Amino acid sequence: MSKPVTETGRITRKDALSLLKNAPLLELGRMADDVRKKLHRGKTVTFVIDRNINYTNICINRCRFCAYFRDAGHPESYLLSREAIFEKIAETVALGGTQILLQGGLHPDLNIEYFENLFSAIKSRFDVNLHALSAPEIFYIAKQSGLSVPKTLARLKAAGLGSIPGAGAEILSDRVREAISPNKIKTAQWLGVMEAAHRQGIRSTATMMFGSGEEPDDIIAHLDAIRKLQDKTGGFTAFIPWTFQPSNTDIDIRPATGADYLRVLALSRVYLDNIANIQASWVTQGIKMAELSLRFGANDLGSTMIEENVVAAAGVSYRVSMEELVEAAHNAGFRAAQRDTFYKIIKRF
Amino acid sequence: MSFRRIEKKLISGKRLSPQDAVELYRSDDIFGLGLLADARARELNGDRVYFVRNRHINPTNICINRCRFCAFSRSRGEDGAYEMTMDDIMRRASECGPDTRELHIVGGLHPDWPFSFYTDMLGGIKSRFPHLHIKAFTAVEIDYLTKLSGLGLRKTINALIDAGLGSMPGGGAEILGQGVRRKICPEKVSGARWIEVMRAAHKAGLKTNATMLYGHVEKIEDRVDHMLKLRELQDETGGFNAFIPLAYQPENTRMDGGSRTSAFDDLKTIAVARLFLDNFPHIKAYWVMLGVKIAQIALSFGADDMDGTVIEEKIAHMAGGSSPEAMEIGALADLIRRAGKTPVERNAVYNPVERKRSTTTATDSRAYE
Repeated sequence: MSKPVTETGRITRKDALSLLKNAPLLELGRMADDVRKKLHRGKTVTFVIDRNINYTNICINRCRFCAYFRDAGHPESYLLSREAIFEKIAETVALGGTQILLQGGLHPDLNIEYFENLFSAIKSRFDVNLHALSAPEIFYIAKQSGLSVPKTLARLKAAGLGSIPGAGAEILSDRVREAISPNKIKTAQWLGVMEAAHRQGIRSTATMMFGSGEEPDDIIAHLDAIRKLQDKTGGFTAFIPWTFQPSNTDIDIRPATGADYLRVLALSRVYLDNIANIQASWVTQGIKMAELSLRFGANDLGSTMIEENVVAAAGVSYRVSMEELVEAAHNAGFRAAQRDTFYKIIKRF
Repeated sequence: MSFRRIEKKLISGKRLSPQDAVELYRSDDIFGLGLLADARARELNGDRVYFVRNRHINPTNICINRCRFCAFSRSRGEDGAYEMTMDDIMRRASECGPDTRELHIVGGLHPDWPFSFYTDMLGGIKSRFPHLHIKAFTAVEIDYLTKLSGLGLRKTINALIDAGLGSMPGGGAEILGQGVRRKICPEKVSGARWIEVMRAAHKAGLKTNATMLYGHVEKIEDRVDHMLKLRELQDETGGFNAFIPLAYQPENTRMDGGSRTSAFDDLKTIAVARLFLDNFPHIKAYWVMLGVKIAQIALSFGADDMDGTVIEEKIAHMAGGSSPEAMEIGALADLIRRAGKTPVERNAVYNPVERKRSTTTATDSRAYE
């Protein structure tokens, strides 16, 4: 069994694997809680007020784990109009929102001009951070527009892109990616987009979707890839592990349980010693588990997600209000605070 | 806050005082508390976690008591009131497969049904489905049936046993202290009467459970006092099988305000119960009330029982409980294994069920690898 990370320096891959496989849940939790206490000395737990806007569900990737995408021409396929997007943003800003999480499918007709125009139109109308476009979308836009990834990022940034969500990472192990999302960009490309973004000063989060059939080794490989890139760039603001939701998807597997979730969350806190923030996922776990997560390594409750479509399509429909996030923080012994995308405190509760 | 003193006490085999239990509750060292409780659970039950194939029947929600915390009960003629006929009840019993071990039957205190309705129900089920163990009637219902029968407590219980009653659930205990009962269920039998009924049941040879409804108006001290009363009766009779803490569900009740219990309160309650109720063989994480995820985590905090498949439970679900209505046996066993424990199917009185391989489905056998 390895010693707590803070006494011996970094936890190795080997020790991490052993912890993930063998450590009792509460031993792992205590280790993560100790690391969290060292990194976040105040008794503050944060969240952001934002809205998820999924501008389109048309996607050429057709991942097996995804219940959200539709093919072009399908009666349920859509592309939101600019007016619809503006209206959603206006509602969000009125509710105190500071961030728009704008993500969609890989739509074959949208090139960089579409996003440049959309972003500058949004920025000219609203004072809000555009946390937009996952690495697969950026990679695809570059390809469709005949541009390099760095050039694409530079143009999007100039048009108003503020930061990048860490989605599309799934598990950064090509063996698993081949099985669950064969058409999606591979590990090296996902990391390449993130590295290019960080080098231009565009910060991002990183996610991990587990419980889709990976082995413990794959989880460790994912954490290690993120830790290595963070050593190089320091560009990740937060890490967000969440569990695969199998309903309405092409993958028949028993979902990861609450205990699985807390184990991976805790290990993430212990392993990613160079990432400041770990987010709890109330969207996939429910508010009570999110509350518990605050003692298993998490220091942030993510966002209010005024609108969430993708996970809901996979059969999970937790909804929480800001008051519930504040209550969850209090129940876990913390003070709640609203933050912006970059973890600056806006308002304390 | 450290509880080294309490830890030493436990190691030397000393009993926890009510003050110790309050102190454990107040600590924020959830890991230390959970590990102590888990160690105690392992002493008693190894790494086994029990579950049962069961079915609930709630014959009526018409109830003369109308407790303020209850979202299930209705008055006669009120919207949503229902009563099953004897045929309805038999049909539900007949839906139980050959592997079902337990029928859990509790309901409202119906103003019109005679005592014979209850003995006929028990007798009818046992004659047609002798393999089913009937766990029925809270102490509150037994008290009411005693009034209906006019036989007195001991003879009423014996008449029910003769008709087929196998054991009793632990409901109606709420918080046994009278101060809290006056606020949340003034019409219900007193805490002292609840204990008296349980004592009589145990003396008649029935095993029972004991519940505690927490998270409403009570204080930590009220909970510990509740557990103390149970521990004293258990010292006397040894008739309790499981202690089942029930998290108060605030929706659809007639109590003002109130909020959901916190995950920490749920888990501490399980852990303190495991340590304080040293003479109770089992602590149950009832997933219907806790939610599946928290119930699974409770298995690391001293719980050794997850109840069962619970087909057609109505009482908690009418209070806004958001857990699924039933759980498939393979999923239940999987939850237990992924909590690092060994699933053991039990019958109603905690004997492991001998499994015939030929009757298990593919899902089932995977659960027992």
